Amino acid sequence: MTTRRHRNAETASGKIIRWILITIALIFLALFLITPLVAVFAQALDKGWAGYWEAIREPDTLAAIRLTLIAAAFAVPLNTLFGIAAAWSITKFDFRGKNLLLTVLDLPFAVSPVISGLIFVLIFGAQGWFGPWLSEHDIQIIFAVPGIVLATIFVTVPFVARELIPHMQAQGREEEEAALVLGASGLQTFFRVTLPNVRWSLLAGVILCTARAMGEFGAVSVVSGHIRGETNTIPLQVEILYQGFNYVAAFAVASLLTFLGLATLIIKKFVEWKTLET
Amino acid sequence: MTTRRNVLPGFGISTGITLAYVSLLILIPLSAVFLSTAAGGWDHFRSAVTSPQVIASYKLTIGASIGGAAINAVFGLLVAWVLARYDFFGKRLVDAIVDLPFALPTAVAGLSLAAIYSDNGWFGRYLLPLGIKVAFTPTGILLALTFVGFPFVVRNVQPVLEDLDLEVEEAARSLGATRWQTFSRVILPTVLPALVTGSALALARALGEYGSVVFISANIPFKTQITSLLIITKLEEYDYTGATAIAAVMLLMSFVLLLAINLLQARSRRYQET
Amino acid sequence: MGIEIHGVSKKFGTFEALKNVDLTVGDAELVALLGPSGSGKTTLLRIIAGLDTPDSGSILLNGEDATNRGAGDRGVGFVFQHYALFRHMTVMENVAFGLRVQPKKVRKSKEDIHDRVMTLLKLVQLDWVAKRYPAQLSGGQRQRIALARALAVEPKVLLLDEPFGALDARVRRELRTWLRRLHDEINVSCVFVTHDQEEALEVSDRVAILDKGRIEQIGTPQSVYDNPANPFVYSFLGNVNLFHGRVKEGKATIGDFEVDAPEHRDATDSPAVGYSRPHEMEVSRERNGNDSLSAVILQIQAVGPNIKLRLKRTESEDILEAEITREKQRDMDLKSGETIYVKPRLVRVFIADPSETPLNYQI
Repeated sequence: MTTRRHRNAETASGKIIRWILITIALIFLALFLITPLVAVFAQALDKGWAGYWEAIREPDTLAAIRLTLIAAAFAVPLNTLFGIAAAWSITKFDFRGKNLLLTVLDLPFAVSPVISGLIFVLIFGAQGWFGPWLSEHDIQIIFAVPGIVLATIFVTVPFVARELIPHMQAQGREEEEAALVLGASGLQTFFRVTLPNVRWSLLAGVILCTARAMGEFGAVSVVSGHIRGETNTIPLQVEILYQGFNYVAAFAVASLLTFLGLATLIIKKFVEWKTLET
Repeated sequence: MTTRRNVLPGFGISTGITLAYVSLLILIPLSAVFLSTAAGGWDHFRSAVTSPQVIASYKLTIGASIGGAAINAVFGLLVAWVLARYDFFGKRLVDAIVDLPFALPTAVAGLSLAAIYSDNGWFGRYLLPLGIKVAFTPTGILLALTFVGFPFVVRNVQPVLEDLDLEVEEAARSLGATRWQTFSRVILPTVLPALVTGSALALARALGEYGSVVFISANIPFKTQITSLLIITKLEEYDYTGATAIAAVMLLMSFVLLLAINLLQARSRRYQET
Repeated sequence: MGIEIHGVSKKFGTFEALKNVDLTVGDAELVALLGPSGSGKTTLLRIIAGLDTPDSGSILLNGEDATNRGAGDRGVGFVFQHYALFRHMTVMENVAFGLRVQPKKVRKSKEDIHDRVMTLLKLVQLDWVAKRYPAQLSGGQRQRIALARALAVEPKVLLLDEPFGALDARVRRELRTWLRRLHDEINVSCVFVTHDQEEALEVSDRVAILDKGRIEQIGTPQSVYDNPANPFVYSFLGNVNLFHGRVKEGKATIGDFEVDAPEHRDATDSPAVGYSRPHEMEVSRERNGNDSLSAVILQIQAVGPNIKLRLKRTESEDILEAEITREKQRDMDLKSGETIYVKPRLVRVFIADPSETPLNYQI
């Protein structure tokens, strides 16, 4: 860990280099990262607060918000349960193929969002594996809400597990073994010993999962069919407004997601700080 | 005598749930791409993935992704350096900002970048007289892909820089090395594996990127059509076989890259342990 | 409650951690498992606890076969080397844990649990830290809390894995004595693992010495020290001087002196090694009989209450170590470079095993 001494241990000429580097870095970050962030809010408020609220309260936008929340309401709990099971399995036991499992777990990360949506079209679409069976039973998955939910679940599968696994790995198994010898059952051990130790990582994972579930664009775009008021999530609504030259409205809706993104950042930082404490 | 290898409870249920979930939700759906492609036949596949438009999209996608990764390597290293080694006012804030492209949904990033760099956007209006057009050009795509990949490099390199032993540097300086020599001969080699891994991760992310590019690119075939946009176009034309074929190629690229990254990470972990 | 271990073997991959081990621990006995790292002692302990399963063999606790019972069903208490205290619970909650997770039928009332916890904390003299968190305690305090926690569920057997390994020397010595007294007070069978021979010999009723997965010797501390069964045990239990020679029909010829070795009366001319402890070496300026060896003093070092002499034999390159009291040094006033005569008062002779790697002299 670098100490304060390390961080500023420079001679006089070093000081100049230090300030040049810091300045370049700050300028780069300001131009590259901060400006887009500021632009969202600036453009959203271009027509003042009244214009902002009007854009948000528009029926299509409200429908988009509702759909986004529904997708997240399915994806987050399911993936949280999965994440806990996966983290327990991977960190508390030794078995062959663990590394392979970890790689497979990371696949939704590595795959393009468009492909993430495509795979569900291939399975549940009209010409897909289950296409004929589904149309027989009059069930619509693609171009309807279920498809959006499925795609959202897919892209957010790894999030909770990825937060839990390194943390649980670092903590080892001894506390659980101690609980076991003291007579605790599996569930008692998990809820009384393991969970309290990783609650902050769990929170971070859930928050990240939620943010991604609500912000997913490419995958949902493929399965949605873009039917206004019915199969649009917030990101898709942003796109539609933009393509319709409704710039202020587009930014207003985008600002909702931006708030979410910033909240994610803050919570993640808070959790990191908390984990360093324990 | 049965040998229960694992004493803690819950092995069966947790591993069972994990494997079932992963197979149902990840493995089987992904295999659909390859299975559908195979069902279409080899000739169909070849013609779909080698048509001029598709090849143009590969070139653009790979080129812009590599370019973005390269820019990120340079500036990512710079920012990681500044964060790891210097103290300054507002440093905590800056550290948090680095993660912004991670946290910001791609649609928002794409929208914002498109607006800023459009011809009368905040930056676009100054670049236009200089002859630099960003919106609806490959440059815009490069910009967007650099944006989304930025945190990967910083977050990979920063811990390595922070763990650098000050004494090793002091030893180099006491042996007469100049500042530059210390950097290029002592520090850079240590950081290189993490830098390469971070850039590879940025590359992987950029290859498949959709949301942040779709606004700024306008999806002009042969000019600003990256492969993921091309797949969507094919889907809208109901050319499912074509879309799937291209997707299969992309998927293969992703897998190969993922494998390479895992190997790189395993290698660099070995360095850090010594 | 006694522990009986019959024929226990355990492999980790290709590594044989335990090879057909037998051991009995009596009621209220305090037994030490002593050995170098990799000898299998911790594995054996964990198998008794149920934290690892043997490949073959059986464990009987109190006469009942416990081999297939889970770790929580065996009535054992386990104290981990690094304490494994529940970091997010207070000391009070840690010690109460075993009592709180009992099934409702058996579980004591809240008040009873509280009383029991406070009794235990008083027993380990830490009732005043009840509301603190493990991170706020010192290593020695944490270890005592871990002990209290294990005792809370009234185990019939207490298992301790290198309980004092992570502590500094002074705390270690204090806790050693404290553990012995505690054991005498609570009368529970205790098995503890250590690699520190001084600790094992000082605290236990009986000591089992392990090497490479096998028990080399079991006995009271006095008996294993005075009558080591083989060279490994001998050198593990203290510093040694090593002499090479031959033994024949009850007489060993080590270099140029002879030693009676009645236990090898039937030996035909065989290679042998003789072991002698540094503090069993008689030192004088005159030759005293033909079993005295002449040697040059290389180094004189004061170590605590004694003086260590590092010697080189004049007839060979062998290095010897002798330990004398400060008084003796005051009388003799030995100086480095002098030639003196040393005579081992007691030499244990073992038939040399050509397959065994030669043991090093203590430097």
